Amino acid sequence: MERKRETKTGELIRRFKYNKSAVFGLVIVLVLVLCAILANYIAPNNPTPSPPELFNSLKPGFWSEDGIKGMPLGTDALGRCVLSRILYGARVSLSAGFVAVGIAMLLGITFGVMAGYYGGGMDAVIMRIVDIMFAFPALLLAIVIVTVIGQGLSKAMVAIGIVYAPQMARIIRSSVLYIKEMEYIEVQKAIGSSNWRVIFRHVLPNSIAPVIVYGTLMLATAILDCAALGFLGLGAQPPTPEWGAMLSKSYNYIVSGAWWAATFPGIAILFSVLGLNLLGDGLRDILDPRLKT
Amino acid sequence: MKWYILKRLLMLIPVLLGTSIIAFSLINLAPGDPARTMAGEHASQRTINAIREKYGLDKPLYIQYGIWLNRALHGDMGRSIVSNEYVTKEIFDRFPNTFELTFFAMILAIAIGTMAGIISASKQYSALDYTFMGIALFGVSMPVFWLGIMLMMIFGVYLRWLPIGGRINILIPFHRITGFYLLDSIITGNFAALISTLRYLILPSTALATIPMATIARVSRSSMLEVLRQDFIRTERAKGLSERVVIYKHAVRNAMIPVITVIGLNFGLLLAGAILTETVFSWPGIGRYVVNAVRMRDYPAVQGCVLFFALVFVIVNLVTDIIYVYIDPRIHYK
Repeated sequence: MERKRETKTGELIRRFKYNKSAVFGLVIVLVLVLCAILANYIAPNNPTPSPPELFNSLKPGFWSEDGIKGMPLGTDALGRCVLSRILYGARVSLSAGFVAVGIAMLLGITFGVMAGYYGGGMDAVIMRIVDIMFAFPALLLAIVIVTVIGQGLSKAMVAIGIVYAPQMARIIRSSVLYIKEMEYIEVQKAIGSSNWRVIFRHVLPNSIAPVIVYGTLMLATAILDCAALGFLGLGAQPPTPEWGAMLSKSYNYIVSGAWWAATFPGIAILFSVLGLNLLGDGLRDILDPRLKT
Repeated sequence: MKWYILKRLLMLIPVLLGTSIIAFSLINLAPGDPARTMAGEHASQRTINAIREKYGLDKPLYIQYGIWLNRALHGDMGRSIVSNEYVTKEIFDRFPNTFELTFFAMILAIAIGTMAGIISASKQYSALDYTFMGIALFGVSMPVFWLGIMLMMIFGVYLRWLPIGGRINILIPFHRITGFYLLDSIITGNFAALISTLRYLILPSTALATIPMATIARVSRSSMLEVLRQDFIRTERAKGLSERVVIYKHAVRNAMIPVITVIGLNFGLLLAGAILTETVFSWPGIGRYVVNAVRMRDYPAVQGCVLFFALVFVIVNLVTDIIYVYIDPRIHYK
């Protein structure tokens, strides 16, 4: 039994290695995770010096002859090192994405399993609520929730988690509906297993593939939406080094020629979303060919 | 077909009621006394009492909801706390701008996206295919607000080809009739205004178009590849039809069905993108309005925008579904 499982994992890894774009995505994601974990060792400067070093305001980096020493990507309007803020920002953005997707999974799996497994009236009610939440563009619904619960990074994570939950619920529901009809589930019920046991031991483990695939793709959009909320001033608040919030403060200065502070944080967002999308697409091809569009 | 449309219309009612409940509860879920919230921070006790009376805020919640919904159905969403104007009027003043922006973005996305997808598929694994799909891959991962800033920086600040923000050069005399700048400048024969509004439109609509364009390109490519593998295409090639006729006359028609679904699905992204793009480019539309309303805690305005966005989004989804049935005779709906 153990041996067989290992060969199956081995086969999945082999298939993953052949998928060049998925490997590329994984490399990007690993680099980001390393940046996030090691931010306090590899960042050359303090991302939030206090008091702000205003005499260093908007100094260019390595590309210019008047570039400021020790701050390779230049400084922002408050004289803070852009590179250090981006590295610390990886920590903020990645953890925000993970928390948001975690909330979405918790809510989505709970309601998706309830709807799919029990069916009937519970299914109807849950799916109508899901329909209503789908009547809003995700970012708008997140903004609405932020209006009610207040602004800030942690609240933005909660808002995005709630907004993404219906998507997860739908995916889990359809997966549960499919598994529920399998013969081995019938056997479990026939031998008198409790509903809880059937759900946790048999239904959920067999719906894990779509959860991993869509969880990864969702992480990409969660990071994007979190940055968008930060950009609108509704997410992370200053002086938190969050990529979206960094852009919202810096783009006013591009008119005066300080392009760097508004350019590099966006590249960081772009590559993390790209990496997660590539990884998610690759995982989908490997784990669940049925899902391939 | 008629029954299908009717059924879909009826299914909208619970969804719209649900969205109205969400919009209504905004004010009650927010911390503090709803009457005070609606009156604004600096309102006098008399104004607060008047508002409590007017909106029945001393009555039970379900009656409040009834009163609110009745007003909303008559187009009265209350007055903005910030400007004291009717929210409905403010939304309708701004709607044409958002419409022009999203409409042009969509046209751009569909035209370039489908073309890129078709070319990529018909020349699979060519350098062109790799280039297009590489760009599309970056496109789907693009933070639209950052792309807007980059476009603004390159074409507005450095090259100075296009304006960096706003709707029209305010120095140009402009006569407002319908509220749609392009339409109005054509009606009044105002050539200078037409050029100006178009120039202001280019950067924001390009930024907004990028994500749907990339998605459409990817989906049309994979859909085309699937169709090109089918037997009837082989038969046509065997018959000696030219590649051009095979691809553009026969394959494209069959490949466009999934693309239409994706276009419909992307509309939601486009509305969300409009919120960001309008903020970057100081575009006087509903997206920027709702962001400012949230920042100012202008609850009536937020409620109005929420209902409006949901309504537009739901209608677009309905239209997509109907078009889908119409163009694909293989699907039958009871």
